[in-house]
Amino acid sequence: MVSPSAPSSGTSHAIAPLLSVKGVTLQYRTGEQMVTATYRVSFDVLKSDRFVLLGPSGCGKSTLLKAIGGYLQPVEGEMLLAGAKIGKPGPDRAFVFQEFDQLLPWKTVRDNIVFALTASGKLDKRNAIERSLHFIDKVGLAKFAGSFPHTLSGGMKQRVAIARAMAMEPQILLMDEPFAALDALTRGKMQDDLLQLWEDTKFTVLFVTHSIPEAIRIGNRILLLTPHPGRTKAEINSAGTDTLGADGELTSARIQRLLFERTGSIADV
Amino acid sequence: MSENHAAHVTRPEILHAPSNDAAGFAVTAAPLGFWAKVYANGTVRKSVLLVLLAAAWEIYARVLNNSLVFPTFSSTVGALFEGIGTGAIPRAGAYTLSLLLKGYVTGLVFAALLTAFASVSRIGADLLETLTAMFNPLPSIALLPLALIWFGLGDGSVIFVLVHAVLWAVALNTFAGFRTLSPTLRMVGQNYGLTSFGYIVRILIPGAFPSILTGLKVGWAFAWRTLIAAELVFGVSSGSGGLGWYIFENKNQLRIPEVFAGLLTVILFGLFVENVIFRTIEQRTVRRWGMQH
Repeated sequence: MVSPSAPSSGTSHAIAPLLSVKGVTLQYRTGEQMVTATYRVSFDVLKSDRFVLLGPSGCGKSTLLKAIGGYLQPVEGEMLLAGAKIGKPGPDRAFVFQEFDQLLPWKTVRDNIVFALTASGKLDKRNAIERSLHFIDKVGLAKFAGSFPHTLSGGMKQRVAIARAMAMEPQILLMDEPFAALDALTRGKMQDDLLQLWEDTKFTVLFVTHSIPEAIRIGNRILLLTPHPGRTKAEINSAGTDTLGADGELTSARIQRLLFERTGSIADV
Repeated sequence: MSENHAAHVTRPEILHAPSNDAAGFAVTAAPLGFWAKVYANGTVRKSVLLVLLAAAWEIYARVLNNSLVFPTFSSTVGALFEGIGTGAIPRAGAYTLSLLLKGYVTGLVFAALLTAFASVSRIGADLLETLTAMFNPLPSIALLPLALIWFGLGDGSVIFVLVHAVLWAVALNTFAGFRTLSPTLRMVGQNYGLTSFGYIVRILIPGAFPSILTGLKVGWAFAWRTLIAAELVFGVSSGSGGLGWYIFENKNQLRIPEVFAGLLTVILFGLFVENVIFRTIEQRTVRRWGMQH
């Protein structure tokens, strides 16, 4: 087991944030309705943060991540990455999706990564091959470099997607519930491996999940969102394990309380 | 019920030592028997069917005993070999095929333009849908009289109806494939900075390839049918000899085995394209990628 050391947080005044989300309201259209996904959400992600967006379904966390990815424009507020306004989708924000079909089925494991590196103009083909093999090795799939995605298990596909995103060496890694579709045993292993990879390069990751244990395990900082529409409830630190806080309350119990102690009816959950 | 509970005994735990005995039933891959292997081969199954059909044909024609209505299989094959020997069938086949390829490729180019327009703009999509709804149900051969007025007797008219036969089937299927492409793959393409042309070539086309292939097959079949029909209708008047014309001319001279030989050539071409060319493309692409089973 890896016990990641939490980078210094709570010093956002001293260090300029890598990603800054300020009062962002997001809306999308479903048929005839405009749905407000998030309402005036603000947070700062520092370099090397493992920042988790946590909340029940309907709290707009995935929509928020897609907006940061550039797939959706906010109707209010602004989002800055390293001081620059976020516009279209781009390789500086590499995305890992929940769905297994995010790998191009017509390309082998290696070529999926090579494709990402060459399509974005990051590397030429030769260097891209070299780097792709390095990252495939990192996620433990060296034997499968020449395999097509449909021959891999779900967990292996997600490993490839993570390797592909990491090979881009993006400013920030956006992960949208990447382990949600995996079985519990595989999920635990993937979480450990992700933390191990983080120990190596200390990349910055914004991680969306609806699982409290996963948020505590992965994150060093957790943003709690409440649903309908998504609003910030709290922003707390995590030590990587479910520990007792100063008030003698487990982190998980505290999150549970913060998310659900509310006036709302059952329909809100 | 409570008795069952009371009868519950504590059983000892069982721990197996690791072993690699793979004898007997532990063998995971046993070779198939000879007949099972033969039966599993699609080519063999289909060949047997073809032989049976040919035998039925032969028997029926012999019973009927009227070569003007229904010649025997053997006389048809004889006429086929004779036609190949004299060079009449290869010449007619090559002419038909060259015309077909011209029409097919031109149709594909138009289909590509139309689909590209449809995939980048909403009005383009509307145009494609409207045109397809209008023209797809229209049999290409029905346009031949009009084409003859516009382009006169000759290849131009035939190519025009061929384009009509290919265009809608390919454009419709390709566009449907683009539309059903998973949103995740679209987002992946955008994430790595692909836009417009690169996006179409590197994401949309391979992602929609199963549908595109279906369109190519349907388009090919339409074109083939249309061409033979067009040749039958006006091959005689223009005097240029394709397979349709070969069939027509032999019918006029009541050489019915030759007519059947011409039809058999058409069938053999169709079988070859479907089972060799398209099958190979399928196996190298969509099957290898696990997009089709």
